[in-house]
Amino acid sequence: MAEKTCELFDCGHRACGGCGAALAARLVTKAAGKDSIFVSSTGCMEVFSTPYPETAWKVPWIHSLFENAAAVASGIEAALKKQGRKEKIVIMAGDGATFDIGMICISGAFERGHDFTYICYDNEAYMNTGIQRSGATPYDASTTTSPAGKCSFGNKRPKKDMPAILAAHGAPYVATTSIAYPADLLQKVEKAIATPGPSYVQVHAPCCTGWGFEGEQTIAIAKLAIETGLWVNYEMIDGKITKVKKVVRKPVEEYLKTQKRFRHLFKPIRQDAEIAAIQAIADKNAEKYGIDIKLNKKE
Amino acid sequence: MALAVGCRARPGKARDNKTGSWRVFKPIFDHEKCSKCGMCKTLCPEGCVHEDAEGLFNPDYSYCKGCGICAVECPKEAITMKLEEK
Repeated sequence: MAEKTCELFDCGHRACGGCGAALAARLVTKAAGKDSIFVSSTGCMEVFSTPYPETAWKVPWIHSLFENAAAVASGIEAALKKQGRKEKIVIMAGDGATFDIGMICISGAFERGHDFTYICYDNEAYMNTGIQRSGATPYDASTTTSPAGKCSFGNKRPKKDMPAILAAHGAPYVATTSIAYPADLLQKVEKAIATPGPSYVQVHAPCCTGWGFEGEQTIAIAKLAIETGLWVNYEMIDGKITKVKKVVRKPVEEYLKTQKRFRHLFKPIRQDAEIAAIQAIADKNAEKYGIDIKLNKKE
Repeated sequence: MALAVGCRARPGKARDNKTGSWRVFKPIFDHEKCSKCGMCKTLCPEGCVHEDAEGLFNPDYSYCKGCGICAVECPKEAITMKLEEK
């Protein structure tokens, strides 16, 4: 049960002002409640929430290595099961730890079918170490390892479809959500925790420092990602999509021009072909998930 | 500094770290305009906005980093950011 009045991720953490991941942690701990054990891999959240001897967490929390959060959670789950205890295990890891480094352990843990909830806060690059690209970095985003310049428009590869990979492992519950819709986030995390077996929730959490925008715009930008179709909020039960957030789509340009990581698409000259390529990604998403609301045009 | 076994720390010990000192702009809450929707409290990444007995919201300035999310997201525009004189 969500304890919505209780703060289990406390003030005093060292995240940037306007941090999307910090908000994600607050909301996830609310949904998980106090009878839960959190496992965090290395990443920005681990660094800003627990610089020793401080900790922002008010629930039991264990830091694993970058790659083995899922393995540590598997061990905790097995030990609790043996003791007949009912605490819920929640993993909180970034997109780098999930999409790239932790892949082997995640695949193993999902295949073994441990009862835990894996939350990936997706800020689309390795923010903690200085904005390097990850498997979650979207097409054409400029990062320090995929810099935009004379020879490049930034990251050349599209974002990896992690929810589909985990659904293919037979995960009973897979969902994507965003900090821009807190009620949806709370509901999905609660549902993921209540589902027996390994479940996965991917939370879109904009990073003001890494993406290059003012901290006050975090929620507005998260909302724009959904409104342009570049991020889709959906729910998958036993591999089948059961719920999709529908929108009246805006052009992707409105999302791109708010962020410094896409600035090279507009300055010094506008790159129409690249913007069209990103629009095509949004159009493909819209078609795949059926997110478009058909408006009845008045004659 | 001696490390405790397993580098353990007291829950919520981060409260010792008063992040309010980071602030440049200070959110000022106008209770006259407030519709008590609680959006400021829900969306604060610090979790430092608290509800009082009358259902009105106030930030804890010891921790508020002045990010301005509450001011941008407030549907009644009841929160304004003012440059803080220190």
